[in-house]
Amino acid sequence: MRLFVSEGAPGSLPVLVAAGRAQGRAELQVRAVGPEECVVPFLTQPKLPVLQLDSGNYLFSTSAICRYFFLLSGWEADDLTNQWLEWEATELQPALSAALYYLVVQGKKGEDVLGPLGRALTHIDHSLSRQNCPFLAGETESLADIVLWGALYPLLQDPAYLPEELGALRSWFQTLSAQEPCQRAAETVLKQQGVLALRPYLQKQPQPSPPESRAVSNEPEEEELATLSEEEIAAAVTAWEKGLENLPPLRPQQNPVLPVAGDRNVLITSALPYVNNVPHLGNIIGCVLSADVFARYSRLRQWNTLYLCGTDEYGTATETKAMEEGLTPQEICDKYHVIHADIYRWFNISFDTFGRTTTAQQTKITQDIFQRLLARGFILQDTVEQLRCERCARFLADRFVEGVCPFCGYEEARGDQCDKCGKLINAIELKKPQCKVCRSCPVVRSSQHLFLDLPKLEKRLEEWLGKTLPGSNWTPNARFIIRSWLRDGLKPRCITRDLKWGTPVPLEGFEDKVFYVWFDATIGYLSITANYTDQWERWWKNPEQVDLYQFMAKDNVPFHGLVFPCSALGAEDNYTLVKYLIATEYLNYEDGKFSKSRGVGVFGDMAQDTEIPADIWRFYLLYIRPEGQDSAFSWTDMLLKNNSELLNNLGNFINRAGMFVSKFFGGCVPEMVLNPDDQRLLAHITLELRHYHQLLEKVRIRDALRSILTVSRHGNQYIQVNEPWKRIKGSEADRQRAGTVTGMAVNIAALLSVMLQPYMPTVSATIQAQLQLPRPACSVLPTDFLCTLPAGHQIGTVSPLFQKLENDQIESLKQRFGGQAKVSPNPAVVETVTTAGQQQIQTLTDEVAKQGNVVRELKAQKADKNQVAAEVAKLLDLKKQLALAEGRPLETPKGKKTK
Amino acid sequence: MAAAAELKLLEKSLGLSKGNKYSAQGERQIPVLQTNNGPSLTGLTTIATHLVKQANKEHLLGSTAEEKAMVQQWLEYRVTRVDGHSNKENTHALLKDLNSYLEDKVYLTGYNLTLADILLYYGLHRFIVDLTVQEKEKYLNVSRWFCHIQHYPGIRQHLSSVVFIKNRLYSSSH
Repeated sequence: MRLFVSEGAPGSLPVLVAAGRAQGRAELQVRAVGPEECVVPFLTQPKLPVLQLDSGNYLFSTSAICRYFFLLSGWEADDLTNQWLEWEATELQPALSAALYYLVVQGKKGEDVLGPLGRALTHIDHSLSRQNCPFLAGETESLADIVLWGALYPLLQDPAYLPEELGALRSWFQTLSAQEPCQRAAETVLKQQGVLALRPYLQKQPQPSPPESRAVSNEPEEEELATLSEEEIAAAVTAWEKGLENLPPLRPQQNPVLPVAGDRNVLITSALPYVNNVPHLGNIIGCVLSADVFARYSRLRQWNTLYLCGTDEYGTATETKAMEEGLTPQEICDKYHVIHADIYRWFNISFDTFGRTTTAQQTKITQDIFQRLLARGFILQDTVEQLRCERCARFLADRFVEGVCPFCGYEEARGDQCDKCGKLINAIELKKPQCKVCRSCPVVRSSQHLFLDLPKLEKRLEEWLGKTLPGSNWTPNARFIIRSWLRDGLKPRCITRDLKWGTPVPLEGFEDKVFYVWFDATIGYLSITANYTDQWERWWKNPEQVDLYQFMAKDNVPFHGLVFPCSALGAEDNYTLVKYLIATEYLNYEDGKFSKSRGVGVFGDMAQDTEIPADIWRFYLLYIRPEGQDSAFSWTDMLLKNNSELLNNLGNFINRAGMFVSKFFGGCVPEMVLNPDDQRLLAHITLELRHYHQLLEKVRIRDALRSILTVSRHGNQYIQVNEPWKRIKGSEADRQRAGTVTGMAVNIAALLSVMLQPYMPTVSATIQAQLQLPRPACSVLPTDFLCTLPAGHQIGTVSPLFQKLENDQIESLKQRFGGQAKVSPNPAVVETVTTAGQQQIQTLTDEVAKQGNVVRELKAQKADKNQVAAEVAKLLDLKKQLALAEGRPLETPKGKKTK
Repeated sequence: MAAAAELKLLEKSLGLSKGNKYSAQGERQIPVLQTNNGPSLTGLTTIATHLVKQANKEHLLGSTAEEKAMVQQWLEYRVTRVDGHSNKENTHALLKDLNSYLEDKVYLTGYNLTLADILLYYGLHRFIVDLTVQEKEKYLNVSRWFCHIQHYPGIRQHLSSVVFIKNRLYSSSH
């Protein structure tokens, strides 16, 4: 028989391993052909490898070839093997060929590659760990192992793509990879080039259509109701009946919050937002809001929780901004710190402390860590070529230089990046560089700088990661980023800058330099805690008792997962290091990116002016949280989710439950006599509640929100099926049934109010006030569903929770935030306007007056609402431009005008 | 045809009296069989192979190593190629390949009916029903094979019988 193989065809791997099985049973010739050769006469598309049998028949399926070799060796097929091979062909292969194509042909990386495969890899891992066998179909390695190993090897041989959290998959894969036949096949096929060896073959393949992946959404799937055992139902009923007695005691409030020995102490940080910009929705969901949900949840679990954040205030961007606005850097920070604090207050973020990095504590702690690193030999000195402005007598950090882009010729490229072509620039490569301050031409001079010796710390880092990562809940993107940094090898990192606005470097010869954000921004968490309590070290030098959760967007992972741990490990002062690193992907706006300069997207301060309550914003942002992959904010979708999930599902259920109590039972929770159906419902809700806990313990915030909506859907169905509004008019038995159903429903509503608390705190409080839920039940979320509103409990006045969002309202918001690049100001324009002076201001003043009249007239004529709204939007926009031109701070268009 | 319905058909063809219960999994409604002695089985061809063994008709899985591998290859073809696509172009590419494969064959594998013939027949039924007379003539070998399998005792069950015309109408197209 003849085996036809082609360079780079992934199927060759398992086939070559399996061929070893048949050795001596048949004569095998191996022949190499081109990737496009049609060996099988009846197939239109080329397919390789192919085995031509002595009978003349062809085997063109990789699994079938492997199976044939195994059959020749006397092996017999079994159900489990057949099942694995069918799964491989129908589920794994489509996802895998897409992943390999993305990686090898399109050069994509990371989650883009692993994303489509996630489910399949988890399936293998779970099957292996569940059946407790080292191999897929039993105690010894067999056909299924070879076929799956061969399929996965090209991708997983790169450790960056072998997920650490899938322990069983890892050890199975590594066991097989270590075997001699597998190693030989791998060498023959991949030729030590790794996955790129597949390129000649994959390039010739049509692009695989991506497997149907589940889109990022919380759409209810077809819910399969789990089957419940009698014991589960009985346990749920017992817990329910104990009611409020079952609540754990409340943790006494303390101020400041400090770790308590023997308790679970949870320290939560949200990435420090950079002070000189107003955060947009993506920034808010990425760290501050996500961390807030977890902090609130953690408190509901009665864990001892400290949640902190603050503004990151040092750096070039602040200095540049200060120059633009004609203020000192300190003034800029003071101004924007307040803006940030206001926005987060509006979004109901429950910080225990919201500090800033420009404090004496920051200097003290940063310098201490630096001194310890220096004393232990982890700091290097080196010379860096830099631009220096002779007239201003200083070195020009990245953003203080402008010039012509060496790549695209753009005239106003900045010293670190060109805004036109987006390429990163080394400042000394700029053509015709200019000092941004005095416009004179800088010269190249060398400048002494300090470097953190990361290569020297790499071993300690790996040791720590080795202990921390396996089995932990770092998000996959964070693991991936850290792994790829380690794989590329760490290099010394420059930690000083020629600036004034920063933490001074306490070393002779470095008096006019400061630390770079790389080094000191993450130390901000420590100094903010130190400003909150003088006992800050009980949080930050206490790794045994404190669980540190850090929330951020994925671009911040290297600072938190690598640079800070290296500094802390090198400083040898028993620092608390991150245990759970939670990184989100990016949130887009409609179909593009948020852009301050183009006026595209919603920024934190504008959300307040939409008249949409903060809780609705929180709900929608959390519903589309970019967990696992990028997601997009869409106005239409927001309307849809508000009207369907909040109004029709959640709001409708809670309102009905409360209304039935008020209307049919005089506001007094009726007697409940549970029948088997009710008991089953109890158990289902308990199950969903447990699921919610599991998800939030793993910080899967978006998924846990779905559990809440599922509970409410169960509730709606329950009411719909049992029709208490009809039964209340019926016989004695019917009326009793109506009472039970109403009582159950209102208790489910009470449970929902607590589950909802981390997501929508204001709505949660409203429900609890309406139901008069007893205080202890509001602040604790147990793992069982308890009867917290017993028969006889008097509820308050019930009213609707949510408002419908209307199409025209959303349309006008869409218009307003759509980024009409022509009218909305961008910083470059603003600058010229300021310098253009009086004339421009006069024109704008006139236009504002004119537009003001248009609006007044329309209103007087009682014109169409949409038309008025559109004209008002225009007016607001003109006013904004005018304010900017005059250099006044932006007035918020609504509410604050009545000073 | 839903997978569960197809497996019911197969049970009847195999003469299995006791009906099994099937559930479906996921978006693609993959069939799951809960067996009495052991874990559940997932996937159309896996369950079908299991049923054949249950009915003691192992010959339907092929008798030599070569036949066994070929049968499984065509079963894989069925679930990846026939079930994988539904647009017209793909269907025609598939029929073209099959037509050329069947040129010198009566059955998909060897000289006897196997499970591959049965499942490919069930899988293709929905496409063949819609073919025009001209298309049936174009895929002459597929038509001959299909017509043969549908008349094989006990296979067709309640599926509609597809009519093939014995005389060629479009001789120029061939």
